[in-house]
Amino acid sequence: MTLATTVLAAAGEVTTGEKWVFFLLAPVAVIGALGMVIARNAVHSALWLVLTMLSLGVFYIVQAGPFIGMVQIIVYTGAIMMLFLFVLMLVGRDASDSVIETLRGQKVVAIILGVGLAGLLGTGLYRALQGVAPAGLEGANANGNVQGIASLLFTKYVYIFEVTSALLITAAVGAMILAHRERAEGERVGQAAKMRERFLPGNYPGPKPGPGVFANSTSVATPAKLPDGSPAERSLSPILPTRELTPAEIANKHTEGK
Amino acid sequence: MILAPIGFLAEDPETGDPTLVDFGHDPWWLVLIKVLGVFVFLVVMTLFTIWYERRVVARMQVRPGPNRHGPFGLLQSLADGLKLAFKEDIMPLKADKVVFFIAPVISTVCAFTAFSIMPFGPFVSIFGTKTPLQLTDISVAVLLVLACSGMGIYGIVLGGWASGSTYPLLGGLRSSAQLISYEVAMGLSFVAVFMLSGTMSTSEIVNAQATGHTLQLPFGNINIPIGGWFFLLLFPSFIIYAISAVGETNRAPFDLPEAESELVGGFHTEYSSLKFALFFLAEYINMVTVSGLCATLFLGGWRMPTSFESFAPWINSGWWGLLWFTIKVLLLLFVFVWLRGTLPRLRYDQFMRFGWKVLIPANLVWILAVAGWLTLRKSNLGTVDRLIFFGLPLAVIILLALFWPQKDKEPELSVEQQVAKRPEGSFPLPPLDLQVPVNPRAKRLTAERETVGTATEKEV
Repeated sequence: MTLATTVLAAAGEVTTGEKWVFFLLAPVAVIGALGMVIARNAVHSALWLVLTMLSLGVFYIVQAGPFIGMVQIIVYTGAIMMLFLFVLMLVGRDASDSVIETLRGQKVVAIILGVGLAGLLGTGLYRALQGVAPAGLEGANANGNVQGIASLLFTKYVYIFEVTSALLITAAVGAMILAHRERAEGERVGQAAKMRERFLPGNYPGPKPGPGVFANSTSVATPAKLPDGSPAERSLSPILPTRELTPAEIANKHTEGK
Repeated sequence: MILAPIGFLAEDPETGDPTLVDFGHDPWWLVLIKVLGVFVFLVVMTLFTIWYERRVVARMQVRPGPNRHGPFGLLQSLADGLKLAFKEDIMPLKADKVVFFIAPVISTVCAFTAFSIMPFGPFVSIFGTKTPLQLTDISVAVLLVLACSGMGIYGIVLGGWASGSTYPLLGGLRSSAQLISYEVAMGLSFVAVFMLSGTMSTSEIVNAQATGHTLQLPFGNINIPIGGWFFLLLFPSFIIYAISAVGETNRAPFDLPEAESELVGGFHTEYSSLKFALFFLAEYINMVTVSGLCATLFLGGWRMPTSFESFAPWINSGWWGLLWFTIKVLLLLFVFVWLRGTLPRLRYDQFMRFGWKVLIPANLVWILAVAGWLTLRKSNLGTVDRLIFFGLPLAVIILLALFWPQKDKEPELSVEQQVAKRPEGSFPLPPLDLQVPVNPRAKRLTAERETVGTATEKEV
């Protein structure tokens, strides 16, 4: 399908398939965008955004840009939105929006600023694209879409590409430094050290017996009995108040001769 | 070796097998048949794999495994699946109903979609129409698999979140971190394959592995003949792919999102009936997909080695490809089961450290080496220059490895010394000369073996 669309798109035609995809997915993308704004629950909002991003990815593919379409889905939808969800879920599932305005007149200002930004971006883009001679898909995809992007990325735009990656790495390192906590020497106990400590003399490495084991009562206040018949103090939780035990509870369970 | 970007040629000039341009010309009924074929293949493979896994693990644990329903118990998983579908569907009180329902659907749909670009064989004739034995192929086919696995994570994460309960949420978060990390390692392991084959389309990657290569050392005139399959040429990539594929499918020893001992069942704790069955289906389809992709990228796809054609000319033609592909997938699935039967689960921090600090850096270094090698091959440098380019970095690495400052190792103590070092009142040790009792199964061996003499008992 991609190849056929490449050829036809280069000829300036729109195939029936492309039309169908557009008219099916364009409303979906718009609904996703609206849903993202309207949804009260933050996770639902993110999910609507995922829907829009997926539709955009398919649009790219239909417009003979399979690589950018796939990258849109893998990187933006698959990884970045996933991290968003990650944070939203950690915040908690009841983090619904409050409908009360905390700043007065916030909505009006937001709408005006939004429209202004859209106008600014639109006119900027329009002016930037004035008088640009399009190379055409046929020229751009002559050696294949991926190869075309690769050759541009690693020749003409290699400097910009590297600068962008340096910027991203700086951001990542900065975030790591902000979140990093310096630990003092010996503050962090490793698994091996914990294990050695567990088997040191004076420490019983096995699980503690449950209360009431081998005694005549299974109450949490009745200590378990050691093999020699003495009560095992460790089987009781230290927060329990000590209680006088009845002779019946102290007595050994009758286990012989049965 | 094909290094130049492949132009749009119908049929591969060397092998006559399908390439990218041969797709998209099928009549609609043929597309339907192929879609149905892929669907049936995956469902049957899932049912078979569940049985296969249970039987293989059972053999490894010396027990028979399911053997009641049908020949060799083959119908066991069908019976289990039907039973699962008829169970009560429980909706937790605190669940987010819509998302709770959508999550398993996302998982399953993505799992099925990823398989659409898998090449099963060369041209075959279906009802008189010559067509490649593959549903479709696009110029970024391998990326489609990555995209599908990336979207499949949503199923797990949303399932965990929508359950409205703690363990599933923790399982979901764990899995999102795990899958994203291992997806990076997996994607990087594809890069070397793309560089060697010059394409991302699966059918052309299979074609690129059809012909054997000669490994030309960068100096001298030494040519080592080496097979065409990429697992020989790109062994590190193959190993890294194999490891990250296990992480990507949540299989043991990397099955942390559903670790029973820590998280009950992980993201699917609250799921039951058909919804659980969908998750189950998606997990097994993902296993088949990563195995199929491994066969396609590294093990020659549906091909047998080309050298076999000399005594069996039919071996790489027509429907035989489907058989070889299935056999390769089954062998790879066996490895999955083998791992599960052998290895204990990793600790979460060790697992993440392994992914980020071992797999990804190793992969980057390997990609750099492959790129350097390819550039060196293409350049017209003299032997001396090649020696310098190849030898200098190697010498630097070796020198660094030799003279890297190391901590002085403490002398290793023998067991007796370690025992003597233990403080007074330590936990009692079993006698060090303890004889392991003979396995009662080995009856004949026991009869022939001498019994332990009484002298040892006296000494004690």
